[in-house]
Amino acid sequence: MAALDRVKVLVLGDSGVGKSSLVHLLCHNQVLGNPSWTVGCSVDVRIHDYKEGTPEEKTYYIELWDVGGSVGSATSVKSTRAVFYNLLNGIILVHDLTNKKSSQNLYRWSLEALNRDVAPTGVLVTNGDYDREQFSDNQIPLLVIGTKLDQIPETKRNEVLTRTAFLAEDFNAEEINLDCTNPRYLAAGSSNAVKLSRFFDKVIEKRYFLRDGNQIPGFSERKRFGGGTLKSLHYD
Amino acid sequence: WWSSDSFEVRQYVVQVIFSVTFAFSCTMFELIIFEILGVLNSSSRYFHWKLNLCVILLILVFMVPFYIGYFVVSNIRLLHRQKLLFACVVWLTFMYFFWKLGDPFPILSPKHGILSIEQLISRVGVIGVTLMALLSGFGAVNCPYTYMSYFLRNVTDADILALERRLLQTMDMIVSKKKRIAVAHRTMFQRGEVHNRPTGFWGMIKSVTTSVPGSENLSLIQQEVDALEELSRQLFLETADLHATKERIEYSKTFQGKYFNFLGYFFSIYCVWKIFMATINIVFDRVGKTDPVTRGIEITVNYLGIQFDVKFWSQHISFILVGIIIVTSIRGLLITLTKFFYAISSSKSSNVIVLLLAQIMGMYFVSSVLLIRMSMPPEYRTIITEVLGELQFNFYHRWFDVIFLVSALLSPVLWILATTLS
Repeated sequence: MAALDRVKVLVLGDSGVGKSSLVHLLCHNQVLGNPSWTVGCSVDVRIHDYKEGTPEEKTYYIELWDVGGSVGSATSVKSTRAVFYNLLNGIILVHDLTNKKSSQNLYRWSLEALNRDVAPTGVLVTNGDYDREQFSDNQIPLLVIGTKLDQIPETKRNEVLTRTAFLAEDFNAEEINLDCTNPRYLAAGSSNAVKLSRFFDKVIEKRYFLRDGNQIPGFSERKRFGGGTLKSLHYD
Repeated sequence: WWSSDSFEVRQYVVQVIFSVTFAFSCTMFELIIFEILGVLNSSSRYFHWKLNLCVILLILVFMVPFYIGYFVVSNIRLLHRQKLLFACVVWLTFMYFFWKLGDPFPILSPKHGILSIEQLISRVGVIGVTLMALLSGFGAVNCPYTYMSYFLRNVTDADILALERRLLQTMDMIVSKKKRIAVAHRTMFQRGEVHNRPTGFWGMIKSVTTSVPGSENLSLIQQEVDALEELSRQLFLETADLHATKERIEYSKTFQGKYFNFLGYFFSIYCVWKIFMATINIVFDRVGKTDPVTRGIEITVNYLGIQFDVKFWSQHISFILVGIIIVTSIRGLLITLTKFFYAISSSKSSNVIVLLLAQIMGMYFVSSVLLIRMSMPPEYRTIITEVLGELQFNFYHRWFDVIFLVSALLSPVLWILATTLS
């Protein structure tokens, strides 16, 4: 097999929402037997066929970096985590459908990852305010996944799904709602699997096929250049 | 503050219980202040004391343990049906041990009946005093260590960068090995060798004679991955530690930091003095007869020859002193509890933890009332003595000193053990 090219996707979310189970499901198509607290970062690899079924089909490795922790941690912990946010190509935001706070924290998570300053020790520069415009211009593909769908009673399901639809719209991202202990949600051919595939395709496209001298800017640079289309080269 | 960032405490009743416990504990402290300041009629104060005490004991001994049992039981799926029954069982076990607690301690005079306030208070007092002494002992040792910048190792940006580079290299190695495993699995899957491991008796015999060529390599790689993941976790924790130390160093250079550093020196002297006094108390078997305020005033009057109205000043000074003690102990306790809550809570057990914290807080406050008695001049002590009944107060002070000493001496030992083992 030819050397497969490399793509990095972060998996972010509060502690206990099910990121490790999700990553295991995405990479091994199996349910994780004994989930335990993630310390630091755990990586797993998924082999993805870009443009499956077409003549341009190519196989890529997608690295899923599952970063543990809480969004309210001390600055020193955030600085430590920031080392994993280097060179990222996509972000999967995971929230727990039974826990509203975890959905709200996604805004802070995405800002933490996207606003990473390029300073050597990874100090975060912005004050973390949520600004909708940032997400509409964002070049890094986002995907919102809600877990523990099975624990929502039927009566509340509509209300929860409406709320998450708004959430995904805020991020300008697609959303998938599932239960990480049941592989059938991501069964081949289901709408979830299609969305997932589309997301990974988008990540790969942004990484490899828009490299015509432009590069994906960090947010601090956006603010400095007043949100214009000027992009500078420091990627790769 | 106590509903942490990530985990909701969903049950309304838990929130109510915690708030009520906190409110009644604070009312007790208010009553002490009223006692000193002479607010309200003395008989009405007495009434409020009794009322407050009854309510607090009711909550601490009956309600909170029952609810803790209830929530623990509802987390265990097996016992879901008979939740109430099992909760009662848990509560009865708790009451049994609670009662047994009274036996080894010489805390009661035999003339008290079975279901009197003194019985309950004495036991609650023992638990609470132990808690207070443990926290104080730990605090006495931890406080200078935290405040003083003398203990800070020097951390440079280069150190952090080097460690981060190692961490990322380890992650890259993990990624490359996982890629190999993933590729191998995929080829096996595509070739139709979908079996993972032969099962059953014949399967075992078969696996001895014929071995799939790729699979041994795979398990070897998997072991390497496990080892590397463990290494990455260690490196991550070390990096986090370095970042935290660097932040502390920067903080210590600021004005606030310098101020706290200065305070730290004072605190260390105070802590050393406390440990010293605790040892003296135990060795020479004495319990302080007079409170600090009266002694201070005596000293100033006798040695410095300054004459002033003892009664007037003793009231105000004891008010300030007692106020400071109350405020710092509440603040210290709440901060410790919050840290504890963040560290150990998970979405399943947040209810139980909040209730446990309410229980600890209630017991802590009741016993601080017990101990505060010693810091007040005699004329204000009487109300506490009256309300709490005839407890052997001296025992509690001795017990506090012992546990304080033990905790203060053990904490550095445990700390060193913990850091060398990890």
